[in-house]
Amino acid sequence: MKPVRGRLLALGIIVVLSGAFFLPSTPFFQMLPSWWQENFPSKGTRLGLDLQGGMHLVLEVQTDKAVEINLDRTADGIMGLLEDNDIPGVKAKRFDQANVQVMMPGDHTDDEVATIITGTYPRLIQRSSDQEGVLIFGISELEAKRIKEGAVEQALETIRNRVDEFGVAEPLIQTQGLREIVVQLPGIKDPKRALRLIKSTAQLEFKLLDDDHPLARELPQLIAAGQEDATLAAFADRIPEGDEILFERQVNFDSGVVSKVPYLIKKQAVLTGDLLTDARVQIGDFSEPYVSISFDRTGGKIFDRVTAENVQKRMAIILDDIVYSAPVIQERISGGRAQITGAYTTQEAADLAIALRAGALPAPVAIIQNLTVGPSLGRDSIEKGATSMAIAAFLVVAFMIYYYRISGLIADVALVLNVVGLIGALGGLEATLTLPGIAGIILTIGMGVDSNVLILERIREEIRQEKPVRLAIDAGYNKALLTIVDAHVTTLITGFALFVFGTGPIKGFAVTLCLGIGINLFTALVGTKVVYDIGNNRWRFKHLSI
Amino acid sequence: MVEIVGKTNFDFMGKRKYTFMASGLMVFIGCIALFQIGWGTANLGIDFVGGTAVQLRFDNPMPIEEARAALVQGGLGEADLQEIVRENKLMIRVKESNTIEEEVADRIVKVFEDAFPENKFVVDSSVEIGPTIGKKLQKDALVAIFISLIGIIMYVAARFEVRFGFAAAAATFHDVFVVLGIFYILDKEITLLVVTALLTLAGYSLTDTVVVFDRIRENLRIRRRQPVDQVINSGINQVLSRTMITTLTIVLVLIPLTFFGGEVLHDFSLALLIGVLVGTYSSIFVASPILVVWKGSKGKLLSRA
Repeated sequence: MKPVRGRLLALGIIVVLSGAFFLPSTPFFQMLPSWWQENFPSKGTRLGLDLQGGMHLVLEVQTDKAVEINLDRTADGIMGLLEDNDIPGVKAKRFDQANVQVMMPGDHTDDEVATIITGTYPRLIQRSSDQEGVLIFGISELEAKRIKEGAVEQALETIRNRVDEFGVAEPLIQTQGLREIVVQLPGIKDPKRALRLIKSTAQLEFKLLDDDHPLARELPQLIAAGQEDATLAAFADRIPEGDEILFERQVNFDSGVVSKVPYLIKKQAVLTGDLLTDARVQIGDFSEPYVSISFDRTGGKIFDRVTAENVQKRMAIILDDIVYSAPVIQERISGGRAQITGAYTTQEAADLAIALRAGALPAPVAIIQNLTVGPSLGRDSIEKGATSMAIAAFLVVAFMIYYYRISGLIADVALVLNVVGLIGALGGLEATLTLPGIAGIILTIGMGVDSNVLILERIREEIRQEKPVRLAIDAGYNKALLTIVDAHVTTLITGFALFVFGTGPIKGFAVTLCLGIGINLFTALVGTKVVYDIGNNRWRFKHLSI
Repeated sequence: MVEIVGKTNFDFMGKRKYTFMASGLMVFIGCIALFQIGWGTANLGIDFVGGTAVQLRFDNPMPIEEARAALVQGGLGEADLQEIVRENKLMIRVKESNTIEEEVADRIVKVFEDAFPENKFVVDSSVEIGPTIGKKLQKDALVAIFISLIGIIMYVAARFEVRFGFAAAAATFHDVFVVLGIFYILDKEITLLVVTALLTLAGYSLTDTVVVFDRIRENLRIRRRQPVDQVINSGINQVLSRTMITTLTIVLVLIPLTFFGGEVLHDFSLALLIGVLVGTYSSIFVASPILVVWKGSKGKLLSRA
């Protein structure tokens, strides 16, 4: 008599656990009483984007750009700072990836200026300069790294806010590597719109027009879309220092023709979107949508001062270097409110409001990977995966019964146990099931019988040598054991390599493969053996159907 | 007892001259395929080189010639077309666009909207991959292959002997190269999934080799006086029915996966299917004969000095 109770108990626990872990992945879970739903596993496997449809984006934050932007701002800050310290006429600008150049008018000593600057900006390090009256300040590599990391973190936060406002069920947003952000939007209906919203930098700026400069009068009134570069090239060498040419997009409502209006604009922004507190879509008198924005106290004050100083001048409202409108300031605007009008639909206005509320990205992002799967293809894939799994399972089960009779049937039971355990484990790990993952499950069916075949062939050999059935079974298991372990370990090695270096669906495949192998080891060695032992204990068989 | 192969006594080792030649030829083709990859002239999938792939499903059949003509007119003449006729599906691939900002996917959709307004379609899937990601994936795939091969050699060397480890690794290499060569001849695209299949089959092929090696080693303890090739031959013959049946059961699951698993899994399953057959062959005709040729020194397994 061999004790079987412990092993049977272990098998039973595994089946029950697998069932409990798998249940949440099925529609039946919703029918269960609430005490079950609350106290037992409730997550289950999630379908991958390739199966349920959706969008998988990998964005690369242009961190070098973030450093440049940071230095540009520092340069602006230095000019303001020196002006406040009664040192006017200083020009400061970023001059390469890590340094800011400060050009002084003359009558101040370098040391005096340097002390003021490093006093306010302790992170700046003064570098040697070979030019008279020119100071160079740089940031350390560590500081640059900190800015880059901060940019990625802030971009992640901003994108998360935007996606949250956009309204997607169970989005996944996380960093990957040093400067990549992965965004997964399952079941998204309008991928194009989401993409536009996510990647827009949403850098809102208010800048004054340089209408007094003679060049402003020479600029054409209207150019055709696509002619921007040619226009820029034509005026490039005459744009005054500190100015730039930006374009407004205009759509003719009758013909739908898009044209552009060039403006000569002062580069320095008088106000930026950082100082926003709110942005909402409103409908104007002619039922045209516009975005109404409110500034915080500081922003409101600046806006008040700038509008007071520049009455009857034009101010451009610029988003990501595109002019939305350039209205004439009619009067001083107090109260910290402004309107962004421009040619857009209600939906575009709504997205603009979301982007403004969520804040600007600290640096532009580039989309380096975009996988979008429509819901119909996902359903199709599930169907095809299920069909091939059913056919595969049937063929293997039937073959095993044909070839090994009752013993084959026992092996089949182990196989079912294997798949049940695998699905349960996937549910327990809250793994994501992808199409390659389904392929992994199907492969497990094929490879899973391998262990049983090894054992059964061994038992057959022993029986051919006229050994009694009971001894033949034990010898078969014992002799096959090491081979089975060896075989499993080697497959695990490649599965592990796939898991570590694979991405997305491949990882899903690696997970199913590794889990399947591990579970298979158990079901083959314990699951089937216990059946034989029970049979032997009860009937002491002389013949084995094998 | 139902038996596919009963008790056999084939002289597998005696055939090694021919099998080495055949294997050598196939591996050579595989090497050509590998060099093509190195030179960048191979048929790599967009997941490795970057680019855009759009799959459209039309309401009505879409003749591939008309689709091509429309794409040429739309300035996308370099696109690569593949149709799934039964389901009115069309896959359009454009490799190596420099940036995604070019919005090739949108352009493709627009070409078909404009050229065939009466044949409505839905975008089943759209994949855009920047070239930098492709480079990274290429590197990751190479590292994964390298790591698993090292792992395999080390494990087998630890469980058996260094000689066995190298023989097993050689057989595994052989299988991967042969499948690569066959894909090259068939002009199949090497995608990330195909590489996954190659790695999976490396694991499988090794399993198969280990089973044969285990038996060979076991026989050594019993038959101390027999010549090496006889010991190996009888080991292979003893596990032959197991080898055949295991291969059969895997082929039984791979055939439905290849033919009913859908277009995404087709090449993946095909690579595995070919690989499993080649892997079975290589355990017998590549890994084992290497042990005959590369004799162990005194005191080692299989040494008859």
